[in-house]
Amino acid sequence: MNVPSASDSEGDHIAHVASEEWTKVVAVLTSELRDIALAEEVTQDAFAAALEQWPSSGVPQRPGAWLLTVARRRAIDRIRREATGRSKVETIGRLEARLSPAAVAIDSSLVRDEQLQLLFACSHPALSVEVQLALVLRCVAGVSTPDLAAAFLISESAMAQRLVRGKRKIRDSAIPLSMPADSEILSRISVVHQTIYLIYNNGYVHPSGELLIENDLTEEAIRLARLVVRLIPSDPESKGLLALFLLSESRRPARTDCDNNLVLLADQDRSKWDQSMISEGNELIAAAIRREQPGPYQIQAAINALHCDAKTAEDTDWPQIELLYHSLVQHTPTPIVKLNLAVAISMSRGPAEALPLLDRLMPELEKFHYAHAARAEILVRLERYEEARAAYREALELVRNESERTFLNNALAEL
Amino acid sequence: MKFAALIYSDETNPEINPDPASPEFAPMMEGYMGFGATYSDKIAAGEALQPTTTATSVQVRNGETITTDGPFAETKEQLGGFYILECADLDEAIAIAADIPHAATGTVEVRPVPDFGGE
Repeated sequence: MNVPSASDSEGDHIAHVASEEWTKVVAVLTSELRDIALAEEVTQDAFAAALEQWPSSGVPQRPGAWLLTVARRRAIDRIRREATGRSKVETIGRLEARLSPAAVAIDSSLVRDEQLQLLFACSHPALSVEVQLALVLRCVAGVSTPDLAAAFLISESAMAQRLVRGKRKIRDSAIPLSMPADSEILSRISVVHQTIYLIYNNGYVHPSGELLIENDLTEEAIRLARLVVRLIPSDPESKGLLALFLLSESRRPARTDCDNNLVLLADQDRSKWDQSMISEGNELIAAAIRREQPGPYQIQAAINALHCDAKTAEDTDWPQIELLYHSLVQHTPTPIVKLNLAVAISMSRGPAEALPLLDRLMPELEKFHYAHAARAEILVRLERYEEARAAYREALELVRNESERTFLNNALAEL
Repeated sequence: MKFAALIYSDETNPEINPDPASPEFAPMMEGYMGFGATYSDKIAAGEALQPTTTATSVQVRNGETITTDGPFAETKEQLGGFYILECADLDEAIAIAADIPHAATGTVEVRPVPDFGGE
């Protein structure tokens, strides 16, 4: 997944040590150079030097400091050669000051601000969403361009173009690469949450992919959520986001059968759920809730925790889930959240109460296959089979994911 | 660095762009006066433009000047004025652009002004 590659196994070991430092070195240099593309290039140079020298000299005691020093020297050379104007002198001065032995220590606590700055810049709302996702995965998570291209089903050159476009926009439109004021961090972080959430969703059900689950992107989203929790430990929504991912991910082994067909929550083999992810998710959500600053991710995580806590589908605490969806609607009154509330009501109070709520939402959800599928299920429970068949057919018109299509076809065939 | 804030809005809608002779015109201008006063140290330049019905498009082809009545492109919202803002970064430019009165009824496009290093 990570950047440097080497052919032999000794090189692999070195590449592994080095790749752990990649994103940190890029973050520090971006902050010093105010230019992501240049930071990446000189970091790449430093990694090339490491792969050349370390096999004979051994891995240095502090590989991060070594890489950072080499990268800074390369940056000074490049700026001397290429840059013009007053900013050149300033940047070189800043870099040289940091070449002193006392200043080269690099550890995770020291790069906290730099990594946050880079996260904020890469998920800046002035960038298109597709560019945000690509930049965050490339620059903050360290995913290679070929892996990114594969995950988003586009060519490598198209992905490289997308990244270049994003970095150029950050540089040329002066998207800030500096640290926001402490008072602004929490409001800014919500944009980062959204980007990471989209990365997770892209991995969870790929919009057009045949597989229901693309593991790599969900794993990267979890890694990024962990990073945000570490960088801003006081933010309960960051914990909520990570808890949401873990609790949802815990059910992954049961979500598809051996033919990669979708298995609904109620029909899943609960013994396959990953208990260590569930307990980590539960701890995170408990810690978040203690701060008494509820938000949409904490609420969604709490809903997932209730599902994970139920020994059987019948044990699910639907009245509590309904309550949580009511408060989620207060925070994010989107048609999809309201749809989920209607589904929860169908479980807590019965399908007859839920159907009129759902029908009122349908004009807004016409193009969303899941809404038609949910409506079909409620109609089946009301024994209105003819309407249910029609609703399933509508869902089938719209669905793009192959395993979901198979699921809907089976449901329709069973009627 | 400098940013251009290009103000687009529907010039044919009198609620958004009232006629100078109408009573609604003064409140709109007051909005711009207030904006100008609040950000006087950030505004390097700024002008309003006459509506696109007054526009003339000019092209030179084979050494010949061709003029056409009307704006470069027909759009739903038209360029009605601009500011040049002096800002630290895009976030500051966005925050100031959001206070331009027509941001509430039209669209303000923010574009960085490149620095060709003339100093």
